[in-house]
Amino acid sequence: MNRITKFVVINIIRNRIVLIYTILLALLSWSVFSLEDNSSKGMLTLLNVILLNVPLVSIMFSTIYIYNSSEFIELLLSQPIQRWRIWLSLFSGLAISLTIAFLVGAGIPILVYSPDKLGFMMVSVGILVSVVFVAISMFASILTRDKAKGIGISIMTWLFFALLFDGIILFLMFQFSDYPIEKLMVGVTAFNPIDLSRILILLHLDVSAMMGYTGAIFKDFFGTDLGLILTFLLLILWIAIPFWISLIKFNRKDL
Amino acid sequence: MIEINNLYKRFGRLQVLNDINLSFKKGECIALIGPNGCGKTTLIKIILGMVLPDKGEVLFDGHNISRGYQYREQIGYMPQIGRYPDNMSIGQIIAMMKEIRQSKLALDEELMHAFRLDELSEKKMRTLSGGTTQKVSAVLAFLFNPDVLILDEPTAGLDPLASEILKEKIIKEKEKGKIILITSHLLSELDDLVTSIIFMQDGNIEFFKTVEELVNETKEVKISKSIAQILKKQHHE
Amino acid sequence: MRLISIFFLSLAFPLLLISRTISVGESKLFSKLQLAFDAANDGDSIIVFGGFYVEGNLILKKSVHLIGKNLPVVDGQKKYEILSVKANHVIIEGFRFQNSGFSSMTDPGAIKVYNSKFVTVRNNVLDDNFFGVYLQYCKNCVIENNTIKAYGIEEQQIGNGIHCWKSDSLYISGNTISGHRDGIYFEFVTNSLIEKNNSDSNIRYGLHFMFSNNDDYIENTFRNNGAGVAVMFTKHVKMINNIFEENWGDAAYGLLLKDISDSFITGNSFNNNTSGIYMEGVNRAIVENNSFASNGWGMKIQANCMDNTITSNNFINNTFDISTNGTLVLNTFSGNYWDKYEGYDLNRDNIGDVPYHPLSIFSVIVENNPPAMLLFRSFMVTLLDRSEKMIPSITPDNFVDNSPLMHSLSL
Repeated sequence: MNRITKFVVINIIRNRIVLIYTILLALLSWSVFSLEDNSSKGMLTLLNVILLNVPLVSIMFSTIYIYNSSEFIELLLSQPIQRWRIWLSLFSGLAISLTIAFLVGAGIPILVYSPDKLGFMMVSVGILVSVVFVAISMFASILTRDKAKGIGISIMTWLFFALLFDGIILFLMFQFSDYPIEKLMVGVTAFNPIDLSRILILLHLDVSAMMGYTGAIFKDFFGTDLGLILTFLLLILWIAIPFWISLIKFNRKDL
Repeated sequence: MIEINNLYKRFGRLQVLNDINLSFKKGECIALIGPNGCGKTTLIKIILGMVLPDKGEVLFDGHNISRGYQYREQIGYMPQIGRYPDNMSIGQIIAMMKEIRQSKLALDEELMHAFRLDELSEKKMRTLSGGTTQKVSAVLAFLFNPDVLILDEPTAGLDPLASEILKEKIIKEKEKGKIILITSHLLSELDDLVTSIIFMQDGNIEFFKTVEELVNETKEVKISKSIAQILKKQHHE
Repeated sequence: MRLISIFFLSLAFPLLLISRTISVGESKLFSKLQLAFDAANDGDSIIVFGGFYVEGNLILKKSVHLIGKNLPVVDGQKKYEILSVKANHVIIEGFRFQNSGFSSMTDPGAIKVYNSKFVTVRNNVLDDNFFGVYLQYCKNCVIENNTIKAYGIEEQQIGNGIHCWKSDSLYISGNTISGHRDGIYFEFVTNSLIEKNNSDSNIRYGLHFMFSNNDDYIENTFRNNGAGVAVMFTKHVKMINNIFEENWGDAAYGLLLKDISDSFITGNSFNNNTSGIYMEGVNRAIVENNSFASNGWGMKIQANCMDNTITSNNFINNTFDISTNGTLVLNTFSGNYWDKYEGYDLNRDNIGDVPYHPLSIFSVIVENNPPAMLLFRSFMVTLLDRSEKMIPSITPDNFVDNSPLMHSLSL
């Protein structure tokens, strides 16, 4: 591991908020699995929790952390280190710490109660979603110097992906309900990492039967190995693109 | 050793640096003074590569700094307000910097001992006073024995004793033939230190003179008084 | 229903007085079944001893009592209909029929009964046949305690377990059927009773029921069939104490009711089905004392259903308790227990003081716009449902249970 990354990780892991996040995830996961009578149900409940909270915590924590590290970044900048290396270290530090938090908090119970393909998929999705929102937070926080504004952008981004995006989809569905838009919807979900993850998991749970004809079309896409790989690739794009843009901006930024 | 040619920088509508040309040689100790917002810190940050100029170039040992980062190995920088990750201790910060630099040269830990920071190495950064944080910044700036020292308001916030220790250290380093660039508000502090003075205002360099020139021109012994006199003169013209 | 069996027995009784017993088997009088069938007179008993009988298509035209001892195996070599019964008052018991021919032209079965009365098929094992027991134009027949198993993969390449066509007064009880196209198939069959059967893992329906009036089915279990149970175009059906479970799939129902009138559905439990009951064109049905648990949809009631009464049922842990595709509500809900009910009961009479609206807004949205299921389990849908519960705006006002129970019924 890169030296700076190591310092960031150690620094974050000691952070109280990350500790609380880990404990909360653990409490939620263990209790969800012990309350629900089968692990598939527990998984469904946990899916909601993960897709709501993990992005929120990831994006908020990262944004605040990046703003609070501005002095640290300055300190590093005066050292003989390339700029991209600093930014990348910050990103990987955040990504690694939040991944560890997720693995310890939610990953262990998931794999204990569901040590199968679905369990692994859930854990990978959780990790990817964490990292996606770290990347988005890097993008959000490079947009503005003002911490309050940056946090505002982060909250709005989260709200958009968690809520508004689905609202827009629903609206479009009603507007175009006379057209066969199911296939189009497969494409549209690619624009929201949360939806992408949710549908991927749902289609591998037995509730997929409830999705009927639409589900069948989605299953043709997401249910296959190719779809699975594509989904993961899309999520990785969701990491790479925001981070890459933020990196270019960081390289040109005055600090 | 450091050459600055036709440097421009604009933040929004404000022209912070306007065609700056400067050149620093070894053994010089330059004071960079001027009112708040005159562009001192921006100039320093450009030299450090933290701010990117709109136009112009900075040459370090003849190499343009925009093409490299290695040159920063030869710079020690003490920021105006050094802030560090809250939950790291002094010891960890210093260890981290050592690890990042991985310098093979002998470390200069004189200031650390003089400030007695080694006794505080378990202390977390968040618990430190402003003065102690400044001491950490100073220690870090000198630690790797750099050829160039850039000190932004070095004595602000330091107690008189520490301030005196730092000044002595600066003089000592100057005598080793290093370039030292200091910004300061407190003109009186600079008397025994500096060899030249740059006065900046509104992004322009008003003058860049050696102390001798200044003293000869104004017949004042104290730098602060001679500057005041020059400013008055310019004002009248 | 026991009366019916006693009635059958009393009919057989006079025949027993004058009957002979013929033995079939190795070193017995007959070694071939068909020879014994031809030699027998009406009223004889034929005892078949354990062994392997491969005789192509057997045709039975005598009213005899066929008894298998030590489970004799009758094999159709995957070419023939095994046993064709063309006589009244036949009893077939204790055989293993296997490997009937496979043909969708002639519909060969292990046992096929043509135009007969008082035929009983009981305690047989039917393995890997195209059709299991096939009755056409029959009356007063009994199919009892048989184990019928096939290994179908595709709907077109396998027949039904028990197939009854244009028949009357049948009694089908205690059979276990799996792996066929439909477990039990009824078309134009009237006044019959289907009881205590276990139909699971059939490719299409556990029970398929059309144009068959005045039939009852009681205490059957239908589990894990491709599309559950379908009851269509029928009047006066009683469905009592059956179990419908694990019929899970894109187009699977616990119970599909289509164009049904005057039915009585009571005491059934619907567990883990995609839809517990799907109703289309159902009139005057009484749905009472049923339990709907852990289904995707408890009940889907299309808007063309009228005058149905849904009362005293438990709805527990379903994703959607009820859904409908229209705004017109012509059905009555009362006194059900809904686990999603959040009202209170000040006078402690176990009836909630606030009416319950069982229709969630998302179920309405999905019904009108199926692709919206895409948003299932999203945060927005949760919020939408919450706010609709507080201030109903889209869901029909009169879709309501005015006397929701505070505690579940013990059913």
